Amino acid sequence: MENLERLLAEHPFLAGLPKDHLELLVGCAANVKFNAKQYLFREGEEAEQFFIIRSGKVALELYVPGEGAITIQTLGEGEIIGWSWLFPPYRWRFDAQAMEQTLVIALDGKCLRNKCEGDHHLGYQLLKRFTDILEQRLQAMRMQLLDVYKNT
Amino acid sequence: MHASITSQTMVPHQYLVHRLRQETPDTFTLELQPTTESSGTQFIPGQFNMLYLFGVGEIPISISGDPRKMPTLVHTTRAVGTVTKAMRSLRKGDVLGVRGPYGSHWPVVSAVGRDVVIIAGGIGLAPLRPALYSIIADRDKYGRVILLYGSRTPIDILYRRELEKWRSRFDMEIYVTVDRALKSWRGDVGVVTDLISKAPFDKQNCMAMICGPEVMMRYAVMELLKRGVPEDRVHISMERNMKCAIGLCGHCQFGSLFVCKDGPVFPYPSVKDLLSKWEI
Amino acid sequence: MERLEVHDLSALISALKQDGYQIIGPIVKDSAVACDHIQSVDDLPVGVTDIQRPASYRLAERHDGALFGYRLGPQSWKRHLYPPRLRLFHANRTEKGIKITAPGNGSADEIPKLAFIGVRPCELAAIKIHDTVFLRGTYVDPHYSSLRSKIFVVAVNCTEPGETCFCASMKTGPQVGDGFDIALTEVLFGESHMFVAQSGSDAGRKLLSKIKTTPASPAEVEQTKELLKAAAEQMGRSIDTYRLPDLLHNNVDHPRWDDVDERCLSCGNCTQVCPTCFCSTVEDVTNLTGTEAERWRKWDSCFTLEFSYIHGGSVRATTKSRYRQWMTHKLASWVDQFGMFGCVGCGRCITWCPVGIDITEEARAIRAQSALVSTSSKGEK
Repeated sequence: MENLERLLAEHPFLAGLPKDHLELLVGCAANVKFNAKQYLFREGEEAEQFFIIRSGKVALELYVPGEGAITIQTLGEGEIIGWSWLFPPYRWRFDAQAMEQTLVIALDGKCLRNKCEGDHHLGYQLLKRFTDILEQRLQAMRMQLLDVYKNT
Repeated sequence: MHASITSQTMVPHQYLVHRLRQETPDTFTLELQPTTESSGTQFIPGQFNMLYLFGVGEIPISISGDPRKMPTLVHTTRAVGTVTKAMRSLRKGDVLGVRGPYGSHWPVVSAVGRDVVIIAGGIGLAPLRPALYSIIADRDKYGRVILLYGSRTPIDILYRRELEKWRSRFDMEIYVTVDRALKSWRGDVGVVTDLISKAPFDKQNCMAMICGPEVMMRYAVMELLKRGVPEDRVHISMERNMKCAIGLCGHCQFGSLFVCKDGPVFPYPSVKDLLSKWEI
Repeated sequence: MERLEVHDLSALISALKQDGYQIIGPIVKDSAVACDHIQSVDDLPVGVTDIQRPASYRLAERHDGALFGYRLGPQSWKRHLYPPRLRLFHANRTEKGIKITAPGNGSADEIPKLAFIGVRPCELAAIKIHDTVFLRGTYVDPHYSSLRSKIFVVAVNCTEPGETCFCASMKTGPQVGDGFDIALTEVLFGESHMFVAQSGSDAGRKLLSKIKTTPASPAEVEQTKELLKAAAEQMGRSIDTYRLPDLLHNNVDHPRWDDVDERCLSCGNCTQVCPTCFCSTVEDVTNLTGTEAERWRKWDSCFTLEFSYIHGGSVRATTKSRYRQWMTHKLASWVDQFGMFGCVGCGRCITWCPVGIDITEEARAIRAQSALVSTSSKGEK
């Protein structure tokens, strides 16, 4: 537990979080290991968690009939996976597969969701951080959508 | 750049095709050797030539070879228009006209003593490759050398073998990403600009050189500035319609700048106001 | 200053022809005053004047027998120094490869000696602008250079500016500056019809001495001074050039551009008649069997969609952006590029625009409604 606390406290994503909020998070956190080719979650499943990658690499994939599974993003050390736990219907919208052995801190989103309903300060702190990630991903996705390298 | 008061400013010199290599489905590389009547002017990384295919037409293509391997000229281009599509059928021994070299160059010398951050998108790696060659030739004069390269999909990655060779060096850091990929791709997927915030370079002492689609360059500049890199350490390579390449036909104007002679490489401060404006 | 009668002008032209010059001068052609080859004073547009307004050009009669009683024709001397079509090289495919023949390769005799008769001050200013563009850049245009080194300029001062003229604002007229060989001012006073001539070079001095003129009297010289001073006050148009480059560079999104977009046809007439426009394109052509190829340089216009075409589309896809490009280049970018305005105030673009768009009016409208409000009339700022 102490190890988790230190990891979370030092992570830039949670920097500036008040101590009691941090403790709350630690209470919802667990170390998880995924072997290469193991899925963290699949499209359509209940989104009850989010992950902070400690080491390894995860591919976010969408299955397109006729094309197969397309990787739309890879995430590595230090990056965050998953915000679907924040928004109804709380279901994953894509697959996430470990490309190599990956260590993550898994946080219980369902539990945190309930805590945020009760403590709006905590809710604001988490939402602030997640919207920042969403903004980055949105910008990146826009660039991907523009298909800037396409042959005209 | 040099003043050329000859009657030959619009007349090409003849080169022979030595080799044509298909790089990706839509790009190919031409290797040219001079003939007895070519002058073989030394080029500097970042410059381009006007290549003329007899009777078909002439187009600007950046030089993507090693400046130390002159007089051989290397050009990588996409086959998108009449001239480039016709060039794709060239064979060894065919003649190609060359005018040049023209334009401004990458700040390879000003980068000495600093970390070098090279950010390439798609075929943008081609005009940057000569800079990489020059830097590698004098490796100990530079700090960290980092290449961030983004491509559309894995099959569109240019100079794959060379990238692998560079990656195996301990003194270069190569990060390659693609916009989308099939599951079989074991590398990174994501936009190249996302690599900038995480790349390990000294923001106070670096030189950044960016080449790729204009949108990608704009976003890359934003990320670099966000990270704290001073504006004057960022250089981009612009592209506009060119006919004469000597600043006299007016086609390549970008604001008050002529991309053919004031560019194509520009320090960001000189084009900052123009980049965000529409239809300039 | 010398005094020339009309017959002296005839002698001047003959003397030039004897020196091997081809004479280019004004001549009525297709209901306009053209700059073309002439043989004598008789070819000049005697008794002709022009009435120019936005979108309107008409010739009319004048009854004083003036030789230079018009202002400007649609085309300028540009077509003789910077021809609309020029072959850059010819190439043959042989077994050994390709053989390229560049025209003008060492043959100085091929370049003609041209004498321009009737160059207006604004037109001479335009020629000097082209000198900067084609002779003093990193690359020199060899064809322009060869032609230019051989021309003889007989300039004619303007005593009757037109409705679309604004050379005074651009400081290019109505009196000629320097760069001429001979400058004439036509004086019509009662029954008298004569020219006051000034030489501006050794060549000019030599030619004037050849035709045995008499010196102009102080009264005659004074008369021309008065005429030119009056002319400067009679300009049909004016433009405030105070910080004009900044004004245009800082108003890229001014609503006036949307306004002009609704009027401009993107026809490019302005670029065709403008004496300083120099945009060109390069055309590579071949014969049907592919054994011969040529490269030609041709006039081009920034108003075409193809002009800025790159990667499957035009950078300047809207008429608005193309008009803005032309006007900004003329009055702002040109200053950054060449150290001078690209506009000489000849007013041709106003006359020959089919919808009468007036560059001075556009500049005024942008200035009236912009952050950079101050004008030269207000003094400081």
